[in-house]
Amino acid sequence: MRNRDLIIVGGGPAGLSAARVALEAGLSVTIIERANRLGGQLIKQTHKFFGSKEEYAKTRGIDIATILIHDLDEFSDQLEVLNEATVVGMYKDYVLTVYQGHDYFKYKAKAIIIATGASEKVLAFENNDLPGIYGAGAVQTLMNLYGVLPGQTVVMVGSGNIGLIVSYQMIQAGVKVKALLEASSHIGGYLVHASKLVRLGVPILTKTTVKRAIGTNKIQQIETVQLDENWNYIAGTETVIDCDALCISVGLTPLHQLLSMADIEMIYINELGGLIPKKNEHYETSMPRVYACGDVTGIEEASSAMVEGKIAGLMASRDLGRSHPNFETLEQEFKDQLQNLRQGPCGEKIRSGLTRAGEQL
Amino acid sequence: MRIGGHPILSFEKKKELHFTFNGRDLIGYEGDTIAAALHDNGIMHYSSSILHKRPRGFYCAIGNCGSCNMTVDGILNVKTCMTPLQDGMIVESEADEVTIHEE
Repeated sequence: MRNRDLIIVGGGPAGLSAARVALEAGLSVTIIERANRLGGQLIKQTHKFFGSKEEYAKTRGIDIATILIHDLDEFSDQLEVLNEATVVGMYKDYVLTVYQGHDYFKYKAKAIIIATGASEKVLAFENNDLPGIYGAGAVQTLMNLYGVLPGQTVVMVGSGNIGLIVSYQMIQAGVKVKALLEASSHIGGYLVHASKLVRLGVPILTKTTVKRAIGTNKIQQIETVQLDENWNYIAGTETVIDCDALCISVGLTPLHQLLSMADIEMIYINELGGLIPKKNEHYETSMPRVYACGDVTGIEEASSAMVEGKIAGLMASRDLGRSHPNFETLEQEFKDQLQNLRQGPCGEKIRSGLTRAGEQL
Repeated sequence: MRIGGHPILSFEKKKELHFTFNGRDLIGYEGDTIAAALHDNGIMHYSSSILHKRPRGFYCAIGNCGSCNMTVDGILNVKTCMTPLQDGMIVESEADEVTIHEE
């Protein structure tokens, strides 16, 4: 059994930001990360971020990952990072079981921060399991991390920011994006991203979805269909499009499994992507000294994940009796930043989800 | 297929790695995952559904979905989307090894 003050599960924007604050407060910290590098999904995000300068607006995601990782350099004597290590169990006595390579071992923490992020949702349609049908994030990984193309002609389903941004990034990589389908009557993501696609000649088909995929052993075509105001198929509107890959971008769902395993109180909030932990304003769950931050607490942007991580790191260190020297200033600062990020029409869904989860905004 | 030119990222050719997939000799590059190298070689069928043996590709590419599990150097159920490719790896699909016995 290895003993640490704080264990952070997940080395993405939330986990890295939590680590920085907790290390500044003097804790011994272990970050456990499943991938072979830190940075979470930032490492494939070539687009520039929005928001304010505190969350690295105008900086590309890939560069934000580098900044967050280097921010931990000065704490090498307090920090341990496990890569290619998966936390497979979390228990009520603050024990985490970890699988790394061929080794299986245990950690015991005084406090735990869960920053596991999210996974991509799937969409139900005939033949939705044909090879060549990929999550939009998967295509982003394949292209931007490994330089491999998903296909030559691709259709995207979903016009949220991920669908819009990944469509643009496919074009940058040399892929022909034949169409972007959106089941609702309006574009989900920022119009600035959608406008870029329209200027590049990508048809954005609203009130349209994929009815079935066609192909033997791999996707060769899709059949689209238009939807009426009750989301029913309109007969006779079916159109066949040739493509060798289909990207699904219909939202994310929190990776809640470790929290659920420890019997932490959960609540299902549709607006936030699914099952999330109930938490207090300190990002503490129903299990004392277990905190959650980032997409696992509800799907938002990486910008808010970073601020939530900072709050979790701040509170975890205080609760272990090692208050950050600037605790009061930082607490207010972080709360204000979150409120700013969630204001306006784009934050409406998140605000309504958080309200339903019983949180004070 | 690899990206030719890119406005933001640069992909210089790295060291060639030789591996086999179901007995076929293939080439990948240092820094690839097994799944990325297979896709580059035009292979899209990564696993098969348990009951109906329907072909499946990868879906998430970040270790969540399990759709890319293969046997690698004799070890079952390796997430090929998370596992770095190494020279000499023996990669095999698991299609025929899993059977459901129906009542």
